Amino acid sequence: MLLLLALGIGTLAGCGTWLLLRERSFDTVLGLTLLSYAVNLFIFAMGRVKPQAVPIVEPDGTPSLATLADPLPQALVLTAIVISFAMTAVLLVIALRTQAHTGSDHVDGEEPRP
Amino acid sequence: MIATTAWLGGHALVMPIVLPLVAGALLVLLEKARSRAVVPVSILATSALLILAARLMEQAASGEVAVYLLGNWRAPFGITLALDRLSALMLVLTALVAGGALWFSMGGAARQGLHFHSLFQFQLMGLCGAFLTADLFNLFVFFELLLAASYGLLLHGGTRARHRAALHYVVFNLAGSALFLIAVSLLYGVAGTLNMADLAQKLPLLPPAQARLAQAAVLMLLVVFAVKAALLPLYFWLPDTYAAASAPVAALFAIMTKVGVYAIARTSTLLLGPEGGPLAGVAAPMLPVLALATLVLAATGALAARHLRVLVAYAVVASAGTLLLAIGLGTRDALAAGLFYLVNSTLVAALWFLLADRIATARGGTDRLEAGAFSSGWAPLGVVFFAAAVAVAGVPPLAGFMGKALLLQAAGHTPWAGWVVALVLGSSLAMMMALARAGSTLFWKPGAPATAMKLAASGTGAQSASMLALLAAVLATAIFAGPLAAYTEAAATQLMQRQTYIGAVLNAQPVPAAYDVRREMRERGDAK
Repeated sequence: MLLLLALGIGTLAGCGTWLLLRERSFDTVLGLTLLSYAVNLFIFAMGRVKPQAVPIVEPDGTPSLATLADPLPQALVLTAIVISFAMTAVLLVIALRTQAHTGSDHVDGEEPRP
Repeated sequence: MIATTAWLGGHALVMPIVLPLVAGALLVLLEKARSRAVVPVSILATSALLILAARLMEQAASGEVAVYLLGNWRAPFGITLALDRLSALMLVLTALVAGGALWFSMGGAARQGLHFHSLFQFQLMGLCGAFLTADLFNLFVFFELLLAASYGLLLHGGTRARHRAALHYVVFNLAGSALFLIAVSLLYGVAGTLNMADLAQKLPLLPPAQARLAQAAVLMLLVVFAVKAALLPLYFWLPDTYAAASAPVAALFAIMTKVGVYAIARTSTLLLGPEGGPLAGVAAPMLPVLALATLVLAATGALAARHLRVLVAYAVVASAGTLLLAIGLGTRDALAAGLFYLVNSTLVAALWFLLADRIATARGGTDRLEAGAFSSGWAPLGVVFFAAAVAVAGVPPLAGFMGKALLLQAAGHTPWAGWVVALVLGSSLAMMMALARAGSTLFWKPGAPATAMKLAASGTGAQSASMLALLAAVLATAIFAGPLAAYTEAAATQLMQRQTYIGAVLNAQPVPAAYDVRREMRERGDAK
């Protein structure tokens, strides 16, 4: 389970970084999206992964870290998801407007001269 | 030392965040309706923020660290706002620069598109929040807020250059945000808290294996702050962005690099000080070296600049380098000198962006450093140019010189003395040469007469007035250098005594509830 999660985060972060460094703005946006997925999973993992534990205290149970999942990283992830989602939307609009203005989807706004 | 502010019903500390939020939200509606109340509301909100910031500074000057518990939750559990001398100083600076930029924008820049004023207020909200918060994740949220607003402001009245610069700026900052989140969650993973005061207490007690992770996390945080502050390998976004933005926006952005500087000052005194255990001094050798290299590159960039605004942007990078050098030296005196320099350099950078725009307008819309004539009134612009050049290059008698002199004096007791003296003075000389060359090319070389861009008469009036106001503020930092230096020295002392901050934040007591709903429900028999 942990290995799978770690591999998932690593793959997402690696692909995200590679795409981020490419020269087309669409690839860059995709790269940032993958990177933010990796980050979200990482925050989640930092709260320690506990399968079948919920962050809610049951009415009859006593609250203890052995039976409960840490709710704080889940709240942090939620915030991070909302922010990265909104920022991706903003970035897409900027990328589209830049392409409309410059007629090129190169990140520098013009095709590189050969 | 623990006190909550009594005025404004005890909520004074959260007001610098709430006020721009409410004003911004109101302005969204007003601007949509194209109401006449837009400009008055915007001016009112910004001046109220200035008064509020001044009152908070007066309160912080007494030396107490005021703490506000959001939602009345005790410190490590809820989000805490804390106001010490440094935070108060940054708030006042923000309000001053915002006032100048807003006044200048009355001259036309605000009318280039919709929602300038609401974005402006949201940006102020993010800035004030970042200066007040004592929680790392909350700092991330306020960073995102001010960045989101800055994306909008940068694109305002979009030209081709602005779109191109904005794409780079946004991508770079989003990548920075990803790194910020990794660092923050790593710190949470090892320490189980994100309150900065609580972190300062818990990080020194970590077992060695986890201390390594904490070191990595703190260094990643410093990288993120260095992106904002434009430290050497990470400053490439700045000249393009600042040169492309409209004048009032660039002036407001002058305070944005200082957010990074502030965050580095806060984390390095709180987490990396001598009491930091395994974290003590992890960034110590790197920060001065990078800061000095930043100074050299900024001076080179200024000498090579072919546009006035690019030259000014490199001056901003140079001032960030000087500030980070002051923080990196790690002594109280150097920090005090840095804070003193920060006040002057922020105000003068804002003034420069406004001035560059006026010069460009008077020369037919271009700020290329080449021979050409002014269509109108070059003499007053020349006088302001001279005064601003003296202030930014650090030549006597203005406060830029005093800040650098204090820094050199403070560096004398550190192992970096030789390098600091040589490179700070060398970069000042290079900056002075760049400015002298720019000034003589712009004002003295005759060229073909330029056609002036048309400006409303009232517009130029507001622009000149705002520039004179900022110039007066720059001169005031020189005239009242004594009290200001005393304040910044006290602020540096307070930063070095981290126990004051930690104690104030962690011991803040929640306000007793006026109504206990649970008890009432129990008594009525509603609750189980």
